[in-house]
Amino acid sequence: MKKPSISQILLALAAPVAAAVVSIVISSLAVLASKKSPVEAYKTMWEFGTQAGSLLEVLNTATPYYIAAIAIAVTFRAGLFNIGVEGQLRLGALFSSYFAAKFVLPPVLHVLALFLIAMTVGGLWAAIAAYLKVKRGVSEVISTIMLNSLAVGMTSFLFSQYFAEITEGSNNLTTKVLPPSAHIPDLMPLLNKLGVEDQPGGGVYGMLLIAIALGIAFWFIVNRTRFGFELRASGANPIAARVSGVNSKKMTFIALVTSGAIAGLSGLPTILGDTHSYTMGFRSGIGFSAIAVALLGRNGAVGMAFSALLFGFLEVSSRALELIDIAPETYVIMQGSILLSSVIAYEVVRRYKITLQSKELAKVVAA
Amino acid sequence: MKVETGTVHALVGENGAGKSTVMKILYGMQRPDGGEILVNGQSVNFKNPNDAIEANIGMVHQHFMLADNFTVLENIILGAEPKHGITIDFAAARKKVADMSAAYGLDVDPDILVEELGVGQRQRVEILKVLYRGARILIFDEPTAVLVPQEVDDLFNALKGLRAEGMAIIFISHKLDEVLRVADDVTVVRAGSTVAEVKSKNVTARQLAELMVGSELPQPTTHGDTRRPEVTLSLKDVSVPTKSGSRDLISHISFDLQAGEVIGIAGVEGNGQAELVEAIMGLREYTGQIEFKGENIDHYTVAHRHDAGIGLIPEDRQRQALMMASPLWENRILGHQRSKPVMRGFILDKKATIADTRVIMDEFDVRAPGPHTLAAALSGGNQQKFIVGREMSKAPALLVASHPTRGVDVGAQAAIWEELRRAREKGMAVVLISADLEELIGMSDRLLVMLRGAITAELNPQKTTPEQLGSAMTGAK
Repeated sequence: MKKPSISQILLALAAPVAAAVVSIVISSLAVLASKKSPVEAYKTMWEFGTQAGSLLEVLNTATPYYIAAIAIAVTFRAGLFNIGVEGQLRLGALFSSYFAAKFVLPPVLHVLALFLIAMTVGGLWAAIAAYLKVKRGVSEVISTIMLNSLAVGMTSFLFSQYFAEITEGSNNLTTKVLPPSAHIPDLMPLLNKLGVEDQPGGGVYGMLLIAIALGIAFWFIVNRTRFGFELRASGANPIAARVSGVNSKKMTFIALVTSGAIAGLSGLPTILGDTHSYTMGFRSGIGFSAIAVALLGRNGAVGMAFSALLFGFLEVSSRALELIDIAPETYVIMQGSILLSSVIAYEVVRRYKITLQSKELAKVVAA
Repeated sequence: MKVETGTVHALVGENGAGKSTVMKILYGMQRPDGGEILVNGQSVNFKNPNDAIEANIGMVHQHFMLADNFTVLENIILGAEPKHGITIDFAAARKKVADMSAAYGLDVDPDILVEELGVGQRQRVEILKVLYRGARILIFDEPTAVLVPQEVDDLFNALKGLRAEGMAIIFISHKLDEVLRVADDVTVVRAGSTVAEVKSKNVTARQLAELMVGSELPQPTTHGDTRRPEVTLSLKDVSVPTKSGSRDLISHISFDLQAGEVIGIAGVEGNGQAELVEAIMGLREYTGQIEFKGENIDHYTVAHRHDAGIGLIPEDRQRQALMMASPLWENRILGHQRSKPVMRGFILDKKATIADTRVIMDEFDVRAPGPHTLAAALSGGNQQKFIVGREMSKAPALLVASHPTRGVDVGAQAAIWEELRRAREKGMAVVLISADLEELIGMSDRLLVMLRGAITAELNPQKTTPEQLGSAMTGAK
């Protein structure tokens, strides 16, 4: 193996650096438009966002993003696009928290059973789109979008009409609270041992570890197994994949259902770590933000981890913008401009790389 | 080449002889290096197809370019709509189209959706589209390639109508019997130059075939009989129907292929060779039986067949055999993802794959910086050498090779042939499909000729000249 040359390193850095510069410019324009100083805005965000308490919250925000992004990446790698993660995760979260509260199992088993319900529900919901795609040629993009609307409506209906109970002393609707055996312990005691001090109101959801494990499994399966290769081949060149013996219909089906099953887990970190029930305040939009997270992370396990953390950081730190009278929603503009500029920057660099390789090749052939 | 008004002028030649290039230059899709084009005595210089259309040249493409969800009328006027203020003047368009249909005998209902039309009628819409733009010189690129005999008759009647109206028609084809039926003059091109201009009434299909192939082609070297008694591949009555089941794409194909034997499938492209390959590989549903090494493999999946020892060099390497945006070492895995050395169980052995990719690159002289080079960066010839190397690396008992040396340089061609010969001596059976008649004759132990999906002749390559093979392929008597 050749060591990467300086030019190769520069090339690898070119895209993220260019994307960062462009997105900072765009975001600054947005802040300027509200007649505020961008420098002050960034300073405020940075100071707030890097406080220990905020950082813990960034982890909690990033965890569902990361799991949902993995779900989407599974389909991206296979040349498909599951936009239905939002619906799959809501159904998964609602059904699993409702049904898992109805029985008691030993601690670990109970959580596993709850996971199983969430994955089954998410997977089954995605299986509708998979079936339509394989048997009827319906674009999974269209069907998953429509299934999202259905799922959102269905969860609201089932939740308010059948699954919810009124908590005493509050007008918040929730499902029945899960027994302790179905909780995932907070990571704070573990972090204490590592020297992190307790923060007011701060805790780190235990599902962070599961998200990390999922990330590792995703990396290994996609890059190092036959299944993963066939998945990627179907995405890279579906015709060649078929000719080389990949059953493309089976691949499509498995990719979509697996994606749905993983998506089913992505709504759980808050439920298992904090609320212990599906509540009215269930965070919406995870499945859509996760599309951006997957794109920004270029569908890689490591890249998506960084982009999930970045999205989480922007979301948490932007709350401080209110203190200096800037709409906190500015972070949405920031997320959008980062995504757009990085997608473009990576494409430009990719094309440049091919040109470069062709030149290198010409030298080899001439020699 | 000179085309007179009121005539049908055929341009014939083998694949790669330069027919398409002539056509592209005429239609402004490519610039000539030198020479001159005169339209009605005036020198023209086309920079793009619009210039050609301005000069009243129209092209009827082999692959139709119609919008399925538009009506016939809408398709015809698309891009040249008669305006009525800001609205489209459909009434005027309808009248003009109706007049043209009547004048040239091109009958199509203008209000029907194109998706409901058959191939022959779609072609008529294409012709009307070109005429609508005022074309007086019409270029037909392989117009009969997609038609059934009845539709061919209709087309030829239409062509006669157009000729009677004083149009000049350039008819590009390699089906010689059809050329003789419809053309007044014939220009034969070979290896990029005009070799003959003849009147069709003064020439036979045989003579044309000889002109096309050229009699001065070197005789391929013979290489002994390495056939072994065991039958590697056996097809019994294999047919592939079209999706609608109305006719067979290949019909009742039967042959036995022995170990160490090369069977050459000759035929003009589009006569069922691709479907035959797909049937053997299990990529297409078929009726009849296929046996491999004495075992029925009809129930085998594509993957099964690869793993059982059938190698494949597909006809379109970029579309069917490579992941262009992936490095070579990942392309090495394609089709071999179920076996060593690239896999250890279910786990991908990246190190071994990269090492093996390097071996293939050395043995088959694939010119590229290394296994990490993207497939897209390689030249076509090097891509092909890589694919051949990849397929040979598993020492297949049967190799299905579609145009294994198409588009590769002479050196690579010789190398690929040598590799096939060596494997044949070791007992590999080969189904060789090629448009290169010299290659077919030189490499094959037996030749089968395919025409319209059926095997129409079996020839002994040692007693067959390219001219004879050429006439057998085109169905000329």
